[in-house]
Amino acid sequence: MSSSLSKRVVITGTGWVTPLGSDVDSVWARLLKGESGIGPVTHFDASTCATNFASEVKGFKLSQFLDDPSPHEMASIGTHYALGAAVQAWKQSGLAKANVNRRRLGIYLGSGEGQLDYENFLASNLAGWNAEKRSVDGAAWAKHALATMTAVREIEQEPNLAMSHVAAEFGCRGPAFNCMTACAASTQAIGEAYEIIRHGDADVMFAGGSHSMIHLLGMTGFMRLTAMSQRRDNPPGAARPFDQTRDGFVMGEGAGMIILESLEHAKKRGATIIAELAGYGSSADAFRITDIQPDGRGATGAMAQALKQAGVSPRESGADGRPPVHYISAHGTGTKENDKIETAAVKALFGPLAPKIPFSSVKSMLGHLIQAAGAVELITCIKAIETGIVPPTMNLKNPDPVCDLDYVPNAARDLNAQGGVDLCLSNSFGFGGQNDTVAVRKFRD
Amino acid sequence: MSRRVVITGIGVVSPLGVGRGALWEGLCAGRSGITKPTLFDASGFATQLAGELPAEFSAKDFVPKHYRKAVKVMARDSEIAVAAAKLAAEDAGIATRGTLDGGAGTPTYPSDRMGCQIGAGLINAETDELTSALATSTNEAGEFDYRKWGTAEGGGGGMNNLQPLWMLKYLPNMLACHVTIIHGCEGPSNTITCAEASGLLCVGEGMRVIQRDAADITFAGGCESKVNLMGTLRWTLLSRLAPCTDTDAPESVVRPYDPGAAGTLLGEGGGIVVLEEREKALERGATIYAEVAGFGAAHSPPPAYAAIKTTQQRGADDRPGDGVRFAVEAALADAGIDPGEIDAIVPSGAGIREDDSEEVSGLRAVFGDRLDEVPLITLTPFVGQTVAGHGGIQMAAGALAIKNQKLPARIHKGTPASGLQAGESSEREAGLRYVLVVSSALGGQNAAAVLRRS
Repeated sequence: MSSSLSKRVVITGTGWVTPLGSDVDSVWARLLKGESGIGPVTHFDASTCATNFASEVKGFKLSQFLDDPSPHEMASIGTHYALGAAVQAWKQSGLAKANVNRRRLGIYLGSGEGQLDYENFLASNLAGWNAEKRSVDGAAWAKHALATMTAVREIEQEPNLAMSHVAAEFGCRGPAFNCMTACAASTQAIGEAYEIIRHGDADVMFAGGSHSMIHLLGMTGFMRLTAMSQRRDNPPGAARPFDQTRDGFVMGEGAGMIILESLEHAKKRGATIIAELAGYGSSADAFRITDIQPDGRGATGAMAQALKQAGVSPRESGADGRPPVHYISAHGTGTKENDKIETAAVKALFGPLAPKIPFSSVKSMLGHLIQAAGAVELITCIKAIETGIVPPTMNLKNPDPVCDLDYVPNAARDLNAQGGVDLCLSNSFGFGGQNDTVAVRKFRD
Repeated sequence: MSRRVVITGIGVVSPLGVGRGALWEGLCAGRSGITKPTLFDASGFATQLAGELPAEFSAKDFVPKHYRKAVKVMARDSEIAVAAAKLAAEDAGIATRGTLDGGAGTPTYPSDRMGCQIGAGLINAETDELTSALATSTNEAGEFDYRKWGTAEGGGGGMNNLQPLWMLKYLPNMLACHVTIIHGCEGPSNTITCAEASGLLCVGEGMRVIQRDAADITFAGGCESKVNLMGTLRWTLLSRLAPCTDTDAPESVVRPYDPGAAGTLLGEGGGIVVLEEREKALERGATIYAEVAGFGAAHSPPPAYAAIKTTQQRGADDRPGDGVRFAVEAALADAGIDPGEIDAIVPSGAGIREDDSEEVSGLRAVFGDRLDEVPLITLTPFVGQTVAGHGGIQMAAGALAIKNQKLPARIHKGTPASGLQAGESSEREAGLRYVLVVSSALGGQNAAAVLRRS
């Protein structure tokens, strides 16, 4: 057995496709300025939707990233985003020149499903509809669907296809997984990829996720749950995590991808190490399908495990008097429940040190990238470590008494005078009670 | 030395019946559970057989009293999962919040030491439910009108015909969500969605979760139902289903490894096993079916189908079956054994020519000529291709074969490619120390696990 639990895992590549752009540094600069990616929905006619705005990726073309995008032409938009992010991460890692053993190169994504072939799907359903019986006639449905729908459009909706495309493009022949744990998925994928390397099952892993739910039934599902903001008069101000007037999240789309590598492998090839993945925690609320465990113990547990793995005690300040964690990227969706309970969970874990930890939500600018959110947010932590600056929570003007931590309101904060940013946590929680946290820290040999 | 992982409970819901007993009896008796589907009208398709659960199956029988209301928001896939998990917990002899059902006693394990990894598919919205809402938002030509769907700006509010929790019925992680809620599992939980490989990848991840001490026990496997219009449509378009009438004998239609096979048949169901840390299982005197001694996973671009002009291009270095080969080699190395020690294989064996040929190439690369001596336990002629459910059922069959020291029957009437032990045969006693389980997905994901007699 090749197990070695002391194995360290580092990050050697990052890439993302976001509503503010598809390049890590330029998007980071816009986040620090507090810019918003949110505007009217253009992907479909959402004009009568209570939520008619979203955070869409603009001007993205796969040909900007791949010389020959043709093998992926028919893939879903989410898969395109995953490829765009993966190309950036791969380039930054320098692995193209490293002659990697492909059997030791794996992939773990938390990518979502592709979009339905709406035109033909809707028409097939209506063609089969028998209004009197209030049911669909199977034979009529099948006739229409078989005549109009295609194999490629259907298979590209399968949630394992984003990873198939990325694996095909980069020649991954190692462990390959895709998970769908709703809004926690890409954080979980990164955590499990980290464990795969620690266990010795791979040397290098693509890890991240992609998703777009800015389509008819995706938006419908969340509108019926009344989980999304309905601030139609002010889309850029609609996502207001931790604010007393918050009324739900704003749907986003995109992808985030990192390259994880065993320290040994990275050193051997002389890679530039960006940061170290220091810990991962995962838990389930096991409470209700719609509600979060009110005491937030699932979230506390995920953070606690990640910190334990990172070898840090949550209630001990560092020698410099600073809290043990320098930044937490909040799940911070802007729903009443999430923000309140996530705040309580941070307080339960860090006790008196909690108010000293900058704890912000970039969802206030990017919206909620659903399954891609965690990977994108982890990259913001990596950039915080690299630059010593933490991004703001925008639109936070009316403090909520139950949200009383330091959310870095409305302006980025430069922590270089205090010694920069060392250890960060990135939280992601999903419908269904899934809680995942990863810990990332500045790399020191 | 790392912690060892054993199977102490098996929960199966399949076209052969509810419970591991029904699966094993059906497999040994050589009885197929595939019939004419009743869950939907298949008359518009060229394939008119499928593997359905017995009509008397009801998820309510497996849900604690206080949670019965939740059955209303469960898709069929979730219903199968809550049933399989309850059966697995009972079989393992553990007390959970769900098995206690408000009665006296305490759970065998603390909640934060219980995990859950359940593979799932893309769950299709129920056609009648969705279309009844869509039909309220059409224009004069009978086409869907987006502007009538919303509730603002003069929209007709067609979407309000969907129940508020509509979407939650169809999220793939709802299988694990309901299971964790029912049984009180607060440890690591995941939903792997890699089509046919999902169930076995979940078993592998569950094994690693216990090995790394993040949990002591976990529900692992997969469940799915594609026996519906959308599932049948997709597999028809992908040329994966065998054309047949509802009076054809299923064992003549699904013919794993027969080079003349015309495709597979869909089934619904799944299997969830209770994986437990070995010392803890021994301490409480649990019955051990088998040890999960090794696990491996690998990717390789899948074979190209005429129907899918894709994407999945192979490089010059790629050989057919590489993904299967790499996954199996990794699992054997993890178990610390040679291919020569494997006594039987539970393969994917879908009965789809391209897939079967790929699988045999991979196995041949590992086992060489010896492959001809290793019996294959083929399940699809009995239950159909249950996709995300397949790996869980495969694990159940492999573990039961080891426990009973017996090979179940093979029923299909085809002629397998030369040399393979895959043709029709009766059940028989067999000395089984190691059994290999292999699952491969259309997307190119492959998983393998080695079971060891305990």
